Amino acid sequence: MLIKKNKYSELPENQVTDESLYLNRRQFINKSAMIAAVTALPKLAFANNPIPEPDYKELSQSPFSTDEELTPFDDITSYNNFYEFGTDKSDPAKYATNFPDKSESWPIIIDGECDKPGEYTYDDLIKPFTLEERIYRLRCVEGWSMVIPWVGFSLADLLKQAQPSSKAKFVEFTTLYNPQQMPGQQRQVLQWPYVEGLRIDEAMNPLSLLAVGLYGKELLGQNGAPIRLVTPWKYGFKSIKSIVQIRFVEKMPVSSWMRAGPSEYGFYSNVNPNVSHPRWSQTRERRIGDLLKRETHMFNGYQEQVAHLYTGMDLKRNF
Amino acid sequence: MLVSILKVSTFVLSLLPAVLLFYGLLTDQLGANPIETLTRDTGEWGLRFLLITLAISPLRLLTSWHALATIRRMLGLYAFFYACIHMLLYIGLDQFFNLSDIISDIVDRPFILVGFVSFIALIPLAVTSNKAMIDRMGSVLWNRLHSLIYYIAIGGVVHFYMLVKKDVTDPVYYIIILILLLGFRLYSYIRRTLFTAKNTSLHHSENK
Repeated sequence: MLIKKNKYSELPENQVTDESLYLNRRQFINKSAMIAAVTALPKLAFANNPIPEPDYKELSQSPFSTDEELTPFDDITSYNNFYEFGTDKSDPAKYATNFPDKSESWPIIIDGECDKPGEYTYDDLIKPFTLEERIYRLRCVEGWSMVIPWVGFSLADLLKQAQPSSKAKFVEFTTLYNPQQMPGQQRQVLQWPYVEGLRIDEAMNPLSLLAVGLYGKELLGQNGAPIRLVTPWKYGFKSIKSIVQIRFVEKMPVSSWMRAGPSEYGFYSNVNPNVSHPRWSQTRERRIGDLLKRETHMFNGYQEQVAHLYTGMDLKRNF
Repeated sequence: MLVSILKVSTFVLSLLPAVLLFYGLLTDQLGANPIETLTRDTGEWGLRFLLITLAISPLRLLTSWHALATIRRMLGLYAFFYACIHMLLYIGLDQFFNLSDIISDIVDRPFILVGFVSFIALIPLAVTSNKAMIDRMGSVLWNRLHSLIYYIAIGGVVHFYMLVKKDVTDPVYYIIILILLLGFRLYSYIRRTLFTAKNTSLHHSENK
């Protein structure tokens, strides 16, 4: 097999991704003698795939991007919570290989309290927007985190186009419901379709991203193809995947996880080390690739951009 | 001879999950979050060995293969072995040996409390598992102490059930197996007491 040198490293925005660093990630978790002892053990096999060829080229780099070490592509695409494809973290990569069906166009409806509702195909929807790369931290409610180089555009740009009315206090997002394509939906683990929501000012915040790719590639099924939300200051489950509907509403939407466990999952679900979840203390997190946990920061380290959204709110009650 | 083959193969087979996990760790095959995989899998193996240990007596009664009794202690010790690794991973890698964090975790999270208590209760059983201890304690006291395993198994299964986020399919399998194992004991207990009661009353009437 011909092994091509990766063009990806030629892209300016990827200078943060040192490929050799990325390929030898396990050696970079040396944080204590104990870790060093473990990582010094000989590797009997080492099966890391090269970074794939980019679909998006010449992407501009967002000022919101972090310069932290990227989580390897393999990990981002093999360790997923996407219950539509099964509840095990390896299920989505297993069962979303042909998702979405490329022979059909992906419809997205934008409706509700706005002046310019519309029905789009995915291709038409994203056409007007300039894609950029944004390297965000992702913090899962389960206590692990990643650093992901998303490709996408600002959610606010799309929402403004629809001209929300004064009644649009919240934005409700819905994932595709299709038990044939999404076998996990054949069991009522959650109420399908998956629903998430943001307050309108949260949705309009410049950090809120609609992602269509990562690592310069189109999104894979397991990561929420073709289009998904990314709100990096909130726990990962807020970043709804495979969106088919965006609706402006007056009342606070009830998300799938709020319905499943109202005492465990709140509407806001901001990353907050001071508010513990009944199952997981949220004070620390394990960055994928690390052995030991690190401190979790308020709003996942995005205080500067989003803290003002919540001034005067009791975040313990509005968890 | 047969007994020693049984013992050796049990020893090797029971060690296999640990060997495979260790091999998976070295070869980077435990997924993106190997620590989570290790913690989860060792916990599950601890639970499996608890249930296997509890299955020995019913199996012996059903099959009359009494040699099974010779591997029960080893299986119980394997449950303790996997539970120890599970616990060490939690204490060391999740909490980094921080006692106050561990205590607050136990206080805040009922599933941690249940798991922790179950583990602590396993320790005296492991310590008193050898023949010398049985002789020293006497079988009545020893049996009473070791009946703790029923509560430990219940605790382990409940711990698993409580920690699962939403899909409780797996813990429910363990619960069903445990109910069958405990149900068997209840059934044979009831049968035994009824039988003895009947016998004694028969005996009484004969004496009249």
